[in-house]
Amino acid sequence: MSAVLRARGLGKRYKQRWALQSCDLDVPAGRVVGLVGPNGAGKSTLLNLASGMLTPTAGTIEVCGGRPAAGVEQLAKVGFVAQDTPVYSALSVADHLDLGKRLNPNWDDAVARDRIRRLGLDPKQRAGKLSGGQRAQLALTLGIAKRPELLILDEPVAALDPLARREFMQDLMEAVAEHELSVVLSSHLVSDVERTCDYVIVLVDSHVQVAGDIDDLVACHHRLTGPRRDPDTLPAGQHVLTASHTDRQTTLLVRTDTAVHDPTWTVGPLGLEDIVLAYMTRPADAVRDTRPALEVLRCSG
Amino acid sequence: MIEFHLNSRSGLPPYQQLVQQVRHALRLGLLKEGDRLPTVKDVAKQMAVNPNTVLKAYRELEHDGLVAARPGVGTFVTRTLADATLAAHGPLRKDLQRWLTKARLAGLDDESIEALFMSTFRDAAGEDVA
Repeated sequence: MSAVLRARGLGKRYKQRWALQSCDLDVPAGRVVGLVGPNGAGKSTLLNLASGMLTPTAGTIEVCGGRPAAGVEQLAKVGFVAQDTPVYSALSVADHLDLGKRLNPNWDDAVARDRIRRLGLDPKQRAGKLSGGQRAQLALTLGIAKRPELLILDEPVAALDPLARREFMQDLMEAVAEHELSVVLSSHLVSDVERTCDYVIVLVDSHVQVAGDIDDLVACHHRLTGPRRDPDTLPAGQHVLTASHTDRQTTLLVRTDTAVHDPTWTVGPLGLEDIVLAYMTRPADAVRDTRPALEVLRCSG
Repeated sequence: MIEFHLNSRSGLPPYQQLVQQVRHALRLGLLKEGDRLPTVKDVAKQMAVNPNTVLKAYRELEHDGLVAARPGVGTFVTRTLADATLAAHGPLRKDLQRWLTKARLAGLDDESIEALFMSTFRDAAGEDVA
């Protein structure tokens, strides 16, 4: 399948500081991608590069087969909802739909009006008077009615209460099912990502730590517990993410493409949250040592 | 019709939870041959879950011969799990009871019995996979 997002050696520097470095990605089309990582890791920078709001300092990025924001056709392929789901506060809900219709060649007015009706929004209401949840839903409506190939959402639910968050995600998932949309969204909530995404990118300290199909990642990562042992004595092919020891016991989180046969280990499964946290907390120098091994994972399980 | 739910603490990936819930409903007779499963879009919307996850679950159920997709119509249950194995339950339960008596006579307490059963069960499941 063709890549909806492809990056090669992508980097972005603000003055002296690199916000994103040597980023290589191949995200297949038709996925819902969760971009996770701590604050300041470079998530918004990556999403702004993908939407064409920023230009790279180094390397290349391709979205839906073209350079981001390279022309009218390319702009029509990608929808972008920036952080805090901004809308024009002085314009009414109906004004937003009119603007969307004029500015987007593939605009689906029926979808937009139907959604506004179902949400119970008053078309005459000024966007500035909407609640956080309603504003997010208006921004999502514009993003869906644009009928893009890829919809990019930067922390779309961060400011929403749990109910508004669930409603937003329900509508996003419905749109994915209905319009065969690819989605990239950033989030702090791994539980949301686990539910709504099938592909994850973990970004820490301006570097991509791991990227891949979530079910594949879960199948490749294990918790090993057993008698105290030096992690360096593990067979090749078992990559240690984190290690902790007591006097007698060693606990390792490892990534391996093959089954663990050593009977001295008790092998336990890891959830997505465990895996994400392991990549976030492991020491920074380990990141660089193992970088070449951390390509998009495919394993037989 | 079945209504799905997700448990974030179950430790199972979402698609396996869906598969398990269908199998469970088939075993208990809550789903019968000819019943239609909810559409991928409806499940995605209702549960705020990725449609690919639902598709993956339905594909696995189809692969197991439990459901069949009729394009444009829906996904239907083709086989039940309830009565196929029910007859075997009685004798198997007797075997287990005999085994439990032996385990108790050998001095195992409840916790040891459960641990032994689960570790044997997991080993056997592991052999099946390999």
